[in-house]
Amino acid sequence: MTVLTPLDTRLAAPPTTTGRRRRGWRNGLTIVAFLAPSAIPLAAFVLYPMIQAAWISLHRWNLISAMQWVGFGNYTKLVADPKTRAAFGHTLFYVVGEIPLVFVGGLALALALNARLKGRSLLRGVYFLPVVTSWIVVALVWRWLLNPAVGVVNHVLALVGIQGPGWWTDPRWAMPSIILASAWKDLGFVMVILLAGLQSIPEDVKEAALIDGAGPWRRLLSITLPLLSPQIFFVVVISLINGFQVFDQVYAMTGGGPAGASQVVVQQVYDLTFRYSQAGSAAALSWLLFVVILVITLLQTWGQRRWVHDA
Amino acid sequence: MSSTDTLVPPRVVARPAATARTGRRRRPWMAGVVLTLGAVLTAFPFAWMIVSAVKPRSDSVAYPPHLLPSHVTVQYFTQLMRQMDFGRYLVNTLGVVLISMVGLLVMAMAGYGFAKFSFRGKEPIFFLVLTTMMIPVQVTMIPTYLILNGIGLTNTLVGIALPTLVSAFGVFLFRQFMTTIPTEVLEAARIDGAGEARIFAQIVLPMSRPILAVQVVLTFITGWNSFLWPLVIASDQGLYTLSVGIALLNQQVATNPSLQMAAAAVMVVPVLVVFVVFQRHIVQGFALSGLK
Repeated sequence: MTVLTPLDTRLAAPPTTTGRRRRGWRNGLTIVAFLAPSAIPLAAFVLYPMIQAAWISLHRWNLISAMQWVGFGNYTKLVADPKTRAAFGHTLFYVVGEIPLVFVGGLALALALNARLKGRSLLRGVYFLPVVTSWIVVALVWRWLLNPAVGVVNHVLALVGIQGPGWWTDPRWAMPSIILASAWKDLGFVMVILLAGLQSIPEDVKEAALIDGAGPWRRLLSITLPLLSPQIFFVVVISLINGFQVFDQVYAMTGGGPAGASQVVVQQVYDLTFRYSQAGSAAALSWLLFVVILVITLLQTWGQRRWVHDA
Repeated sequence: MSSTDTLVPPRVVARPAATARTGRRRRPWMAGVVLTLGAVLTAFPFAWMIVSAVKPRSDSVAYPPHLLPSHVTVQYFTQLMRQMDFGRYLVNTLGVVLISMVGLLVMAMAGYGFAKFSFRGKEPIFFLVLTTMMIPVQVTMIPTYLILNGIGLTNTLVGIALPTLVSAFGVFLFRQFMTTIPTEVLEAARIDGAGEARIFAQIVLPMSRPILAVQVVLTFITGWNSFLWPLVIASDQGLYTLSVGIALLNQQVATNPSLQMAAAAVMVVPVLVVFVVFQRHIVQGFALSGLK
């Protein structure tokens, strides 16, 4: 699918000048009528709030009384605050822990389920099920599975002689617990995207490699992965964008605890807004996060030329 | 999608395939076992949730865990519905989903506008629409809340659905699909004197049925599962959706897993049913997002 193919054959036969003017006017009205119902909500609920948030971030404000101008005060305070660093640290821990896990797992599943196999579509369906499940439910069920005292996971570990950790009740294990539950949910998404890519690789290319005597590893590294690079690129970009915005599962699984051990950036934004009524700081922190995400995404877009096929 | 283009005659392939066949004969069997085990592990949390929901509480908190309930009970479901207002949360969630469906029509219109009309500034405007995809919802959260508060829509179902009513991604998917509708068809209708609204309603929409189906199902799932906006916009408990109700339940009664799992089941089972029925559309919808 190529982006932007402006093709319109309507004006192929040029009409008279007055006709064209009248038509142009009506045409313009039609276009506005089709676009405005989407443009207005997008402007009102995304673009304008975005700019408004930047404005709020330059003030001290408790959401009720008048705003007080502080310039970049909120930003300098946030950058100096160890809590901010901790929140970014936990978020980074999540990104670094979850994405490789999900990516390798999803790729393996996609490769395995692209092969001819009995019950293939049923298996695909099962692996995809968690993707359509709400984060809140995922967190709730996993909180229970990972319950240190009576949970199934620690019971199974005990059966094979391993003393299970305290999972989400233990500060050291809180982030790994969140990562485990998230990986379970995200695996199917990566699988489906990569499967779509695998199916678009032409058969003759694979056959040619087979005839040339390339082994399975060689075929994977020299043919499959390079041809899959657009989908891999997409998965990495989306996973990073979503990973840095991790919130729902943290909120429902640990609420940022225990003792702030899983306090991620968005949880911090949420707490600053609704628990501490520091809207200015919250807006500043959300803008910091946005800039981080933007820079990472731009770097990837810039770097994709080096490794993405047909970029 | 798979290429049927076989320029290589099958007989030529036969020889190298012979070496691969020995490997191939064993591997599907092994791979099948591993994949099935993985699938069982993946499905286990769902099974555990449903079994726990019909177990008495004493079974749920017992150690070692009982795989099967000592007796089956639906008391937690009745408790959720009678005492805990989950019936209302369910209705609210359905309400949010229904309102979200209005957004589909709006996004289809914009998709058509971008796909089939040429006008000055089209590319920059479309690019602007796409950039809104990158903006984290947390940045816009407070100002959006203030806007909705200003027009008196906080604590309403419309207010919950409104911030996510139109998504750039939805517009993008419609546009991509609608560029494939032949312009001649639209042109013929115009020559026959059909108005633009009529062309859209009677030609474009019916021809876009595949993408509409995908989007209806995706909208259902995202609306049903949405959490942040219901959490922020609904301060009145009477407007909670299932996701918010369950998160609240998690904080209130952390000691009754049976009740929690019943609540989780209320939320998940409808989505699982939708998934099983519309699996093709859903997977296709997600896969579409991976194409350039």
